[in-house]
Amino acid sequence: MVASAAVRLFGMWASPAVRRVEWALKLKGIEYEYIEEDLSNKSSSLLEFNPINKQVPVLVHNCNPIVESLVILEYIDETWKENPILPVDPLERAKARFWATFVDVKCREESRKAFFMEGEEKEKAIENLQVQLKALDEELEGKKFFSGDHIGYTDLAVGWMAFWLGVAEEAAGFKANYDVKFPNFSRWMKDFLAEPVIKDNLPPREKTVEFFRAFKQLGSCTKVNQK
Amino acid sequence: MAGSGNSEVKLLGAWASPYVARARIALNLKEVQYEFLEEQFGTKSELLLKSNPIYKKIPVLIHDDKPICESLIIVQYIDEVWVSSGPALMPADAYDRALHRFWAVYIDDKFVPALFGMMRAPTEEAKAESKEQALASLQLLEEAFGKISKGKPFFGGDTIGYLDVALGAFVGWMKAFEEMNGFKLLDDAKTPLLCAWAENFCNNEVVGAVIPETAKLVELAKVMQARFKSAPPAN
Repeated sequence: MVASAAVRLFGMWASPAVRRVEWALKLKGIEYEYIEEDLSNKSSSLLEFNPINKQVPVLVHNCNPIVESLVILEYIDETWKENPILPVDPLERAKARFWATFVDVKCREESRKAFFMEGEEKEKAIENLQVQLKALDEELEGKKFFSGDHIGYTDLAVGWMAFWLGVAEEAAGFKANYDVKFPNFSRWMKDFLAEPVIKDNLPPREKTVEFFRAFKQLGSCTKVNQK
Repeated sequence: MAGSGNSEVKLLGAWASPYVARARIALNLKEVQYEFLEEQFGTKSELLLKSNPIYKKIPVLIHDDKPICESLIIVQYIDEVWVSSGPALMPADAYDRALHRFWAVYIDDKFVPALFGMMRAPTEEAKAESKEQALASLQLLEEAFGKISKGKPFFGGDTIGYLDVALGAFVGWMKAFEEMNGFKLLDDAKTPLLCAWAENFCNNEVVGAVIPETAKLVELAKVMQARFKSAPPAN
């Protein structure tokens, strides 16, 4: 175990990007101090450590702030060597990074549209999301997890979909139908959520659905302040 | 075996693409022999569609028949494979690496869309907003450079690093927009460090060979503007 004073994580309980960092910290057995942020009233510490985006998560290690959850994941992997989450082989690393950015940029965009929009635009976003889910489903062919037999960087990166996609569907009244159409992905979602580090580190579902329902009512101009 | 003299390296790209330039600069810095396969503007080759079915975009690096997509991922791949050739692109320290990665993501997220927004945005108002965002981004990058370079010529220190490549590949287009719009993006008064950095970067031999001439980019931009909603080959 690593001394806790050196590692601090600024987060928000409902945020998938924050949980992603927590999963990595817990996988590596790193002790840390967690600071819950009220994003409607951000602390001066958060603003000091992340003046650019003013978002969570922010990992502070030895007073150095690291921002952007995927950047934080790589930092954690490079700083604490036990239980590596990224593969060693450069080609496998490139593939892991590819899927992580695909999910963070493309899937998140379509999910966001499916969540906030209505009518034709919503339908189009769901269609696009399904094309993306198909790609993820194919990538999982013959593998338990994206990273192989054990969860790794890619699983942590895609992980938000295992929980928050369902939350978004319930809160915004749509269905991406992965349980019917994408068996590998559906199976992965269950296996991922069953992993001890993940299972013990998720927000309460009802409360999260309520949160996102309220969030949707605030209107489509609001951006969730997290990355 | 990665990095062997017999490994076959191809790069699918286009001369004007700044994303492709990132890959080419990295390959050149690492002295990797590669075959450059130029995609024709407006069409996508079979090889591109097969190698990058998800995005269908350049650049794609093909190393021993294995495709690697996304310019920043390609640059890291090159740095990790040809590790013993030339200086490392990524800094040695994990925190410095995090800074390079953060700012590279920032560049792709905020700076580049604003830069091309100046040309592509649908209204004059939107174009003006893009310009403000581009200038604001460069101001932040100027401050970041001050901290990260630690008084040296590059983000990478004495030698060109990952973040230099990430931003520097866009210097050609920055100069083209400056000429087309009649204002400075990199300004001696507001971003003196980046001005000096851009000059050092472009003066580097392997970089100079890759960044297209400003006049050619200006010509291309005019052609693209004439075609409604066209875009430079980009990833």
